[in-house]
Amino acid sequence: MNFAIETNHLSRIYKIRNNKKGNAKELVALQDVSLEVHPGELFGLLGPNGAGKTTLIKILTTLLAPTSGTAFVCGYDVVKEAHKIRPIINMVSGGESSGYGLLTVRENLWMFAQFYGLSSKEANQRILQLLEVVGLADRINTKSSDLSTGLRQKMNIVRGFLTDPQVLFLDEPTLGLDVSASRDVRRFIRQWLDEHPERTILLTTHYMAEAEELCDRVAIINQGRVLACDTPASLKHRLQRQAIYHLEISQVNHHYSDDLKTIQGVREFVLRPRDGYTVLELILDRDETLAAVVNSLTENQGRIINLQKREPTLEDVFVDLVGKSMEDVERGNNGVNHSES
Amino acid sequence: MQTRKTDSLSVLWRSFRLATWLGWQIESNWADPFLFAVYSLIKPLSSAAILVIMYSVITQADFESPIFPYIYLGNAFYMYVGHVMTGISWAVIDDREHYKTMKYIYTAPVHFPSYLLGRGVARFIIASISVLVTITFGVLFLKISIDPSQVNWGFFLLTLLTGVAMLALMGLTLAGVMLLLVHHMFGVGEAVAGALYLFSGAIFPLEVLPAYLRPIGFLMPITYWLELLRRLLVGKVASSFPTLQSFSNLQLYLILVTLTLLFAMLSFFVFRLCEKRAKELGLIDTVTNY
Repeated sequence: MNFAIETNHLSRIYKIRNNKKGNAKELVALQDVSLEVHPGELFGLLGPNGAGKTTLIKILTTLLAPTSGTAFVCGYDVVKEAHKIRPIINMVSGGESSGYGLLTVRENLWMFAQFYGLSSKEANQRILQLLEVVGLADRINTKSSDLSTGLRQKMNIVRGFLTDPQVLFLDEPTLGLDVSASRDVRRFIRQWLDEHPERTILLTTHYMAEAEELCDRVAIINQGRVLACDTPASLKHRLQRQAIYHLEISQVNHHYSDDLKTIQGVREFVLRPRDGYTVLELILDRDETLAAVVNSLTENQGRIINLQKREPTLEDVFVDLVGKSMEDVERGNNGVNHSES
Repeated sequence: MQTRKTDSLSVLWRSFRLATWLGWQIESNWADPFLFAVYSLIKPLSSAAILVIMYSVITQADFESPIFPYIYLGNAFYMYVGHVMTGISWAVIDDREHYKTMKYIYTAPVHFPSYLLGRGVARFIIASISVLVTITFGVLFLKISIDPSQVNWGFFLLTLLTGVAMLALMGLTLAGVMLLLVHHMFGVGEAVAGALYLFSGAIFPLEVLPAYLRPIGFLMPITYWLELLRRLLVGKVASSFPTLQSFSNLQLYLILVTLTLLFAMLSFFVFRLCEKRAKELGLIDTVTNY
């Protein structure tokens, strides 16, 4: 079978010269990644910043050579057949303000459409159509330097979809957008794929809700390794035997974290101080363990403000796989098996 | 239904054509047209004025000496070196650091060398305006004697364009090197153009250089190009210096073409090598905000 994207034992190591003696430090960005993405799928790569998501996208879009392993897009080798891949892909990266500021929105988009060989007539039609969808049609003749970051991001999203690529790479497409704009973008992505069921999207994100809402399948990636790959429902199903609780508790002394680690049946937990209270996310082997957790809380002069049993989320899956929340991983918290922030 | 031209020749042409359009938009749109026109006139005249004043002070205003047209024309045509060569390589910095579009250009179905060469066309046009303004000023006010009826304009144009092609190819080599540089790339273009200024006989004959440095000048196609352009415009005055006196105009042109072809092969080889290495190192789209 021809996959839209296929990687086999893909690895990428960066050599970083970090001192005057010229000694190079090795940074493993991707390690033995094997993935298969089917045509028509919206496939998500979920992981914290620095997990290797962008590195994988760079390799698949022919910007970066892998250190070892192979990767194919629509059956073409990313190293040997880059020229065959480029006409059928496109990419959009979030959180950046790229674009030729001296050109208008229309000129920027027209130029890129031309690079992909679209006729001027078709390009202009599609530009107008897509700008209307993302609510940017009234700025078509505005110089892109005069656009806000969010509007520039929308222009770039249009640039990615404009060429109707067979495989579209979206690298954190909603990064830096406000809530409403992010929602619009997510709706647009889903709508585009519904209208073009043969197209494929690889989306990287560190927003759990985004992956959950959009993706047909998700690969959870951390420190360059794919830890799990399945549908969001199946990933969450892994935790269905466990009891997951969300507690808001009064401020407790710092021994509480150590005490929690000693309670048998506490699988994972995350403590997050908030203004005047602390959030405790718990994954327990069974409901009965909660009593021991509450007892320990009382012993540490704490009290429960709010307690909720809830269904597992992808965040819980990540915590279960990595032992830390994604937020903690990004902050470089080195807790073992459990985390605090 | 979309219609897309994807054969390699049309990719090559459209990469060049669109990059030319983009380059012109970038070069000409930063100011209103009037300001741009004033700038295009004042900039070359100011640079020429500096040279003329220096020459005047050193030689007690001896504008009759054959060395004056030698220097003046050499300096005027040398503007192409800075504009075309560094213009092409500057596109790498511009797209990477300023517009942050490099990754989108690179991953598009673009013939990358053609794209970079196209980005240099606007600079070529601007350089041509500057050269024309400078030479006209020299003829009108500084007694540079050019007799239009004596100039072989066809040969002059051919030489000019051959030289510009050679400079574009050198620019491509430099662009390849730029792909590999991250932090210190901003001054490289100007540094190379500055170094070549010394070794190409632009403002003084090669004999002025120490003997062990002269071979560098003889290996540079720019040396033969500048000499030929000067000869074609001012005739014997330019050939009164011993460096290349033994060569006829045709011989100079053949040397220029041979060296240009050699540079062409070298340029594409070096560019592809640098591009491959930059891809291995992950430098193609590096943004440093340096």
